[in-house]
Amino acid sequence: MLAGLLMIMGCQLLGEALVYLLAIPVPGAVVGMVLMLIGLMLNGAVPEGLRGASEGLLRYLPLMLVPSGVGLMVHFELIARDWLAISLALLASTVLTFALTALLMQKLQSTRGGE
Amino acid sequence: MWQHFAAMPLLWILVTVAVYLAAGWLNQRCGRTPLLHPVIVSLSLIILLLKLTEIDYATYIEGAAFIKFLMGPAIVALAIPLYDNLHRVREMLLPLLIGCVVGALVAALSAVGIGWLLGADVTTLLSLAPKSVTSPIAIEVADKIGGYGSLAAGLVLITGALGCLMAPLLFKLLRIDDPAIRGFTLGVSAHAMGTAFAFEYGALAGAFSGLAMGMVGTFTAFVLPLLVEMIALTG
Repeated sequence: MLAGLLMIMGCQLLGEALVYLLAIPVPGAVVGMVLMLIGLMLNGAVPEGLRGASEGLLRYLPLMLVPSGVGLMVHFELIARDWLAISLALLASTVLTFALTALLMQKLQSTRGGE
Repeated sequence: MWQHFAAMPLLWILVTVAVYLAAGWLNQRCGRTPLLHPVIVSLSLIILLLKLTEIDYATYIEGAAFIKFLMGPAIVALAIPLYDNLHRVREMLLPLLIGCVVGALVAALSAVGIGWLLGADVTTLLSLAPKSVTSPIAIEVADKIGGYGSLAAGLVLITGALGCLMAPLLFKLLRIDDPAIRGFTLGVSAHAMGTAFAFEYGALAGAFSGLAMGMVGTFTAFVLPLLVEMIALTG
């Protein structure tokens, strides 16, 4: 479990280093995730300790989001100013994304099936 | 004495964990409705508590930062379920890639476009852009591109709740019965909340949803900052 945590933080550190060296505006942890994925594909299996550490972290992922979410309290003025634009943008964009993705996937699947 | 404890990280870690556990219990009692998502309930209660006790966010986050720190390792850990699912759907990778790219772009561009037409502030727009991406990645992306991570976190949660609430009706209207497509659509448009919801359509739907969430999150994290940079250069 501890070895798994070390692998995870190692990938994150590598990701942060790559982001810094290449000066790309991508979150270091996301690059770390891609590095981890490549490592797993090369390895062909998930080491047991790594699986345990990952399950432990992901189980409490929602809790880790709470501190950032509380930061909303600093932006009440911005929200009060833009609430209508935000609400309509979220609603319309979610319906659009949902419907378009569903229809596109169905189309792609039926063309594949017809070959 | 209150001042003394308010300055200790221990208090805010304890408050965050306790409120989160209570919110999880409440959510379970209410049939796991996305409207009372534990994170939404927790952050509302903690904001209320801080306002009532006149503690500012800076004091709170000094303690809660210990919990927030784990978000980075948790993002890396997303690679493990992503790898598990990737293995299962290798033969469908091309259509999934197309769906992911189109879905991610439509989600970001339509939200920003509508917000812009309605006159929203630039910071609001930059916080809206990653709204379909799983929260930890959205928070990091929003901070990177000049939005507010915390605002993005709130918008992501609302998007997730909306996606789950409208899913049954939209699937019926659009006549989508395939569990793989249902799952993938939920993962693209409603991230982790959509994935939790997708498991109600079966394990296959859940797997596709988790895969979509990981793919869209990764793609958006790489492409959105570049898009913003390009727009900033031309505009």
